[in-house]
Amino acid sequence: MTVASELTLTSTTAGGFLLVLAVFVPVVGMLTAFSTGGRQVARVGLVTVGFGLLVAGATGVRWLQAGEPLVYVLGRWMPPLGVALRADGPAVVMMAVVAVVMAAVAVFARASFETPADVGEARRPFAFWILLLGVWAGLNAVFLSGDLFTLYVALELITFAAVPLVSLDGRAETLAAALRYLLFALLGSILYLGGAGILYGAYGTLDIVLLAGRVESATATRVAGALMTVGMLAKTALVPLHLWLPPAHAGAPAAASAVLSALVVKGSFFVVVRLWFGAMPGLPGFGAAQLLSGLGAAAILLGSVVALRQQRLKLLVAYSTLAQIGYLFLVFALALDPASSRIEAGGALTGGMLQAITHAMAKAAMFLSAGMIYAGLGHDRIDGLAGSFRTMPVCVLAFGLGGLALMGMPPSGAALAKDLLVRASGDTGQWWWAVVLDVGGALTSSYVLLVLAHALRPAREPSTTRVPWTQQLAALALAMGALMLGLLPWGAFLIVPEGAASTTSGFASVWKMLLPVLAGGALAGLLGHWGEAWPRPSRVGVLAAVRPVRRAAAVVGRAFEGADLALRRWPVATQALLLLAILFSLAFLAPDTPR
Amino acid sequence: MSGTVEIGLCGALAAGLGLYGVLVHPHPLRKILAFNVLASGMFLLFGVVARRGAAAGLGADPVPQALLITAIVVSFAATALAVVLLLQLFAASHDVSLRPGGPTDPKSDRDGR
Repeated sequence: MTVASELTLTSTTAGGFLLVLAVFVPVVGMLTAFSTGGRQVARVGLVTVGFGLLVAGATGVRWLQAGEPLVYVLGRWMPPLGVALRADGPAVVMMAVVAVVMAAVAVFARASFETPADVGEARRPFAFWILLLGVWAGLNAVFLSGDLFTLYVALELITFAAVPLVSLDGRAETLAAALRYLLFALLGSILYLGGAGILYGAYGTLDIVLLAGRVESATATRVAGALMTVGMLAKTALVPLHLWLPPAHAGAPAAASAVLSALVVKGSFFVVVRLWFGAMPGLPGFGAAQLLSGLGAAAILLGSVVALRQQRLKLLVAYSTLAQIGYLFLVFALALDPASSRIEAGGALTGGMLQAITHAMAKAAMFLSAGMIYAGLGHDRIDGLAGSFRTMPVCVLAFGLGGLALMGMPPSGAALAKDLLVRASGDTGQWWWAVVLDVGGALTSSYVLLVLAHALRPAREPSTTRVPWTQQLAALALAMGALMLGLLPWGAFLIVPEGAASTTSGFASVWKMLLPVLAGGALAGLLGHWGEAWPRPSRVGVLAAVRPVRRAAAVVGRAFEGADLALRRWPVATQALLLLAILFSLAFLAPDTPR
Repeated sequence: MSGTVEIGLCGALAAGLGLYGVLVHPHPLRKILAFNVLASGMFLLFGVVARRGAAAGLGADPVPQALLITAIVVSFAATALAVVLLLQLFAASHDVSLRPGGPTDPKSDRDGR
């Protein structure tokens, strides 16, 4: 299992043309949809999704047959002058996940983005399908890019396609959210571009494999690395640079939110992975890796607590995305090999990839279910969910299963990911990340249990409008898929350490699974908004004793919400961006430190 | 190599001014303009890199120039998209502030839409 650092540059491998198709098929779909327009847009979109699934599957099969990375050199011009597309294990796996989620979202969107019968063309469906294919083309280009500038172009394609998805319904708040997203993302990408320019000036190439051989720890490289990393953090909305994400993901239509949360943020995360693991593995040291993962831990804490305090379902799921993004960034500290002081691809990276994949499918399921619940009930207030389990069982089930997958219920991919990450923290002697992972598990359980508890409450059945069964099936399939990801043979695609894939049995593992759920339930009771659902303590008892604790917890919760609101102000976030850029350049290894 | 240091400093100045503008000005149109100034600073950096990479027979390294042209097109598209969004926002609400918690924040929308 090789990653970019060991890839060869030689000519196109057999089956390399599949890589071109992976980017080409969605683009052709976009152009066809744009030219046919009108009522055909959805049909073109669905056909393209079908072809895209085929290409992703074929790439996976080819990868299994070849046993080595697939390469395609564009125009037969060798790097550094030419551009090479490379598919290694992580790239193949991400492409497959994107294809699966896109397929489910496309099935879901057939019902919500229909052109009405009496008009020739409607703006929302026309825009949605074309933008969906644009995001797909950009994502595939990110996973397959072999050099840093193609990554920049591909990321910009994703951003320009994702921003209008936020404001599809044309309301003022979603337009503001889209504009905020675009401006902050542009700030991130122009910093990335500056870093790329400095790197080219220093080493004469932007090809990832060539750079890995040439990069040394000079001041220019440290600054470039810091700029590029921080730019990508702004696009991935890692706390404290998350000002655009909650309004954008919560305001978009359900299918668009699913794509934004599940897939778009993974693109910029993948760029950081390529940077740290591929182009400059020896440059960050202990300090920079701890800083990056520390931001991830802060994201888990802030995102989860603020998610618990939300009163609207879509905002809860959006803040949950913030927390899960934090999980992804724990990989970098855990992948630092203490002996060589280099970032090595191993069990930690596999854990991160698995977490990303599980989150993609589970979060898409959760957003699709939230959309269906809103369509069915007419609102998405959490305290108004009582009775929805009886009227919309499949939607609540899809939400619950997606949440269980995120919580780390075996055999979901997140359970395997957590095992791998805890194992890596033990191997590298960084026990504190295991604590972070456990706390994170409890926090994830808390907001899932909050929603489920509200949905399971009996109530006079609210009146609901029927939701198409295809939509319910799509969401349910995604959730169940996320829950079963741990069963797949990941060892064929990613590096899985010995003995990690086997699920242990016994009382210890039951307790290990049960403890986060119990802790999560307690947190949900303390921090969540219950309104009149919280039983009135009629006599002195447990509930009366808990009341002062709940009041204290409410104070803590409001403090977290205040911190989030403060961080989401533009001047604070931009200054945090600059501060992080300075901190990272200082934290990267100094020139005279032995690597 | 003459002039590269001066151009580089100009690029740094432009980047600094642009970054300051993006940070400080609350009006989105000013942020868009400041972003363009910041981008111009980065493009000047690419120009300096190209000039310093001059080889026999060529006045400047062509690769950074190609990257530069691509980046200019990308930032042009970005500016166009941002301006259109701004115009739509103004048409929809006449309040173009990007403050969180303001009237254009979904948290203030209690109906759960």
